[in-house]
Amino acid sequence: MPTEQENQPTVMRQGFRVIGHAVRAEPRIFAGAVLGSAVYGVMTVGSSWALGKATEEAVLPAFRDGHATTGALLTAVVLIVGVAVLKAGGVIARRVLAGIMQYRMQARSRRDVTRQYLRLPLAWHHRHPTGQLLSNAGSDVEAAWAPLAPLPMAVGVVVMLVTAAAAIVLVDPVLALIGFLIFPAIAALNLVYQRRLSPLVMKAQQLRAEVSEIAHESFDGALVVKTLGREDDEAARFQAKAGRLRDANIAVGRIRGMFDPLLEALPTLGVLAVLGFGSLRLSSGGVTAGELIQVAYLFTLLAFPIRALGWVLAELPRSVVGWTRVQAVLTATGSMEHGATRLGGSGGARIEARDVEYGYTPGVPVLTGVTFDVQPGRTVAVVGPTGSGKSTLTQLLVRLVDPDGGRVLLDGIDLRELARGEVSATAALVPQQTFLFDDTVRGNLTLGTGDGAVPDERIWAALRLAQAEGFVSALPKGLDTRIGERGATLSGGQRQRLALARALVREPRLLILDDATSSVDAQVEGRILRGLRDGSGGSTVVVVAYRMATIALADEVVYLEHGTVADRGTHERLLLRCPGYRDLVTAYEREEAERAALGEEARDDARDMEDLADEEVSA
Amino acid sequence: MTTLRVEERSAIATLRHGLRLSPEFRVGLPVTLLLAVLATVGKIIVPVAVQQVIDKGLSGGAPDVPFIRNAVLLCAAAVLLTALCGYLMNVRLYRSTESGLASLRGKGFRHVHDLSVLTQNTERRGALVSRITGDVDQISTFMQWGGLMVIISVGQLFVASVLMAVYSWQLTLVVWGCFVPLVIALPRFQRWVARAYTRVRERAGDMLAAISESVVGSAVIRAYGSEDRTARRIDETVDAHRAAQSRAQKIIAFTFPITELVGAVAIAAVVVLGVELGLAGDLTAGRLVAFLFLITLFISPLQTATEVLNDAQNAVAGWRRVLGVLDTPADVADPGPEGVALPRGPITVSFQGVGFAYPGGPPVLHDVSVDVAPRTRVAVVGETGSGKTTFAKLLTRLMDPTEGRVLVDGVDLRRLRFSSLRERIVMVPQDGFLFDGTLADNIRYGRPSATDDEIARAVEELGLSDWVAGLAAGLATPVGQRGESLSAGERQLVALARAYLADPDLLLLDEATSAVDPATEVRLARAMDGVTRGRTAVSIAHRLSTAEAADEILVFDHGRIVQRGPHAELVAVDGVYADLHASWATSSKLS
Repeated sequence: MPTEQENQPTVMRQGFRVIGHAVRAEPRIFAGAVLGSAVYGVMTVGSSWALGKATEEAVLPAFRDGHATTGALLTAVVLIVGVAVLKAGGVIARRVLAGIMQYRMQARSRRDVTRQYLRLPLAWHHRHPTGQLLSNAGSDVEAAWAPLAPLPMAVGVVVMLVTAAAAIVLVDPVLALIGFLIFPAIAALNLVYQRRLSPLVMKAQQLRAEVSEIAHESFDGALVVKTLGREDDEAARFQAKAGRLRDANIAVGRIRGMFDPLLEALPTLGVLAVLGFGSLRLSSGGVTAGELIQVAYLFTLLAFPIRALGWVLAELPRSVVGWTRVQAVLTATGSMEHGATRLGGSGGARIEARDVEYGYTPGVPVLTGVTFDVQPGRTVAVVGPTGSGKSTLTQLLVRLVDPDGGRVLLDGIDLRELARGEVSATAALVPQQTFLFDDTVRGNLTLGTGDGAVPDERIWAALRLAQAEGFVSALPKGLDTRIGERGATLSGGQRQRLALARALVREPRLLILDDATSSVDAQVEGRILRGLRDGSGGSTVVVVAYRMATIALADEVVYLEHGTVADRGTHERLLLRCPGYRDLVTAYEREEAERAALGEEARDDARDMEDLADEEVSA
Repeated sequence: MTTLRVEERSAIATLRHGLRLSPEFRVGLPVTLLLAVLATVGKIIVPVAVQQVIDKGLSGGAPDVPFIRNAVLLCAAAVLLTALCGYLMNVRLYRSTESGLASLRGKGFRHVHDLSVLTQNTERRGALVSRITGDVDQISTFMQWGGLMVIISVGQLFVASVLMAVYSWQLTLVVWGCFVPLVIALPRFQRWVARAYTRVRERAGDMLAAISESVVGSAVIRAYGSEDRTARRIDETVDAHRAAQSRAQKIIAFTFPITELVGAVAIAAVVVLGVELGLAGDLTAGRLVAFLFLITLFISPLQTATEVLNDAQNAVAGWRRVLGVLDTPADVADPGPEGVALPRGPITVSFQGVGFAYPGGPPVLHDVSVDVAPRTRVAVVGETGSGKTTFAKLLTRLMDPTEGRVLVDGVDLRRLRFSSLRERIVMVPQDGFLFDGTLADNIRYGRPSATDDEIARAVEELGLSDWVAGLAAGLATPVGQRGESLSAGERQLVALARAYLADPDLLLLDEATSAVDPATEVRLARAMDGVTRGRTAVSIAHRLSTAEAADEILVFDHGRIVQRGPHAELVAVDGVYADLHASWATSSKLS
């Protein structure tokens, strides 16, 4: 692995490339900011020149001659104030434009990144942890464009330094020599400073994120921590990380503490040198007193802005890291391609899986050779043990993911050949995990089909069917109540029923329920399924369920085991010929039967043991 | 229930309270402050040197070279000395503040876990996290920059003013006359800036929320084809955030140079009046020039003043929020060493006239009196909202009853040490929360001392070996953040294995197998109850198969136990249980 030092030039080069992107994207804004900064740079030197001029032509003559010239004083006032006004204008232009540029680039990156999130297939999402994707769009974008804030200032400083150098050389080459020693020294010292500081700052930042991640996880799992009594272990885990953050911050502080005072001392020493050597030059007639003051003042003015060069360089490594992460999202491939075929049908849709294979991790298939079909208007129950791939199958049926092998056909057409939006216009999936948008009840149901596009009666009908009418009408603003993360709090069951209503309101030709009806009672579920099947649309329904009542409603059962269709057929037939299926659906009854047989025996055993224990106690 | 406090204390009281809670901040503080003062005094070296050189070294026509040399060398030594003071001050400051803040974070974190679930649930998790992260960072920024700037700035203004007054009181008045209106206006600027920043933060929150929907809701968005709508919503928030940022930047850009403009006016005024005074013989040229240098000392403190004020305000607000956590009493508190520790073994639980009401709400549990005998299987059934979960929370002391008491082996739960309580009674909630790590890590969370063999055996005993063997890396399979790589049913399996490994005397399952298939559920239930080994098992279940297997069923209705007894007995009589069972049986059985 290359060391930190060897990496530096590459990082710098990459950093400048990132900056180059921004400059090309916003050339005018950048030019404006640099111009403002240049005005500021020139005027900073100008203000020392104005002061020197005032000293030379107004102050010192007055003291020497014993009377003041009004004209000279007036000129001095106009010069000092005029230069300051121009300088202020430059500062305002630079700051405003640099800000606009930085924020535009941030906004642009965020739009691009989230566009990718929406475009990339779900399989890509499965491979990337939620937290990482959120920070890609948040802090990484911010870090990528952070150098844009001090960038125009740094360019202005270069202008300032050139102007200052010219000004000092014009005044006196000997004094200029001091400047040429001091200012490169400040710039070099600052560069060393930033290079030593930036890895430490990055480390501290990383630790800060880790501390926050531990707290997030630990508080999310607070109930588990509490019920298992693991508070001390959690506190120790957190404290250890917080301790590392403390040490990292102290390391940052030590470097800051060392370099900041030195950077402040250097220009001060420069001024003293100017005074020392300057007075020698004064006696030999090389400079005037006014010029001496001008140079000394210039040194105090330049001391601070010159550090802007270091700020830009300091942000570069962080910027490169952020940029690289953002680029990884932007260049991710494997987008879901859509065909052009449209589905014209009405009524229940036909869905078919042929030799479907799928796995989240290469080499570990979740589904293999899954084949079955559902005829229009039929209801099929997908049954299988926990972890047998039922949820994965539902995702394949609505093309949230594409199969690694085989095909999924809707009305006989491969899902991949259908035009964008066709699948979601035909089929509705209610996933096991309820997700609600930070929006109103109405918005969550219609999903932006345009306000008013779906009449309220239809929304209420769907809510009624999903058993959500009661609590929604009790909400403060009814359909317009905000729910989701920052809205009204709903129970898990209520949320699930809204998700159900979201699917029902679309009157889909194919409805897929992934264990999504646990919160409604069996009779209601039956009503929903029968309503869909027998309604005008005659929807096709695929339902993942364990509940006997649900299975009973199905025309056919597809029994999954270890990711393959172990059997399919009517419930009665599977019950007869498929032992796995029988075990699963009759588990409760078998248990009851066994208990009936063994119950008395076991209870007797327990009683015996109790008696034994009592005897021990009494003994 | 106690909601988390946000103290309405004054800023000063907050600071005082905060410093009292973090004694680390005060370690060596006097010396640190002394060093800060010395470092500040260094700033006037240049103006003094300029004045001395002009007035003493250059006054008599030819420069007094030895004097100038000595003055310059002396000043250089002073500069180096103050730099050293600055270094020492910084190092001391970082060490003491970071130590104090790290322990403050730790205390806050621990206290959040000590708060009752009710209190924890009054605030969003993210907000709780920021109380011990971002809010503490605000304090740290202030202590290491803003607070220091206050000391340095006040010191700088004071020292500069004193020196100016020594040189010429008239000109000092002129300078102050220029700057006083600015000082008066500064708090107003700060309010503008603060308001603009608050807006930026709010917009950033909206934006991140919208972005997170595109990630967390990725499946639903695709299933319903609402990509365009989501994109539009994100764009709106991104643009609103950008606009807020630009606005804040403009406010700062326009207020920032004002100080320097005022400085220029002050310099011009000093030049004109200084010449007048000089002609009247009240001022030397060196002093006048030194004045011009001293004015620059006014500019930087005032320029940073709005930022420092902002910083201070944020720090006080942050501190209030951190202290708010620490000041919130843990209403369900560990009695600690004074409490009772009970030996392990068969456990008796008894509820005596227990009632419970959420704060400000109607009672949800009324006069519940029941004994749970050792080595029994108890099922708790009832409609949603009948009080089952409240019963479970009281039994595990996630909440304390508002009436009556809960006894374990004859000891009031409130007197039982948490260490003893959590060892003996463990609840498995419906949502099997998993930590980011492997399957084995998560199971081991139930008993950190467990060996790999013990974990494997637990999995085996629960009949989960087949399932584990089918995973990508068996027990070493990573479960992802919050277990997101597993299905809901699989997460519940892990949560059960975790509790099984903990091996408590009483195991309480709160719909802990709701997403697990019936065959696995039955198998698990059998393995978990462990009654023959002396364990008591309490299950809250909507699948009544559990109830059929129980020794005793507690039937809840409207916050009361309306029926109790074994299945055979209850199902034979008309009542709540018979109804519940009938409805369940039709939905879950063949017949």
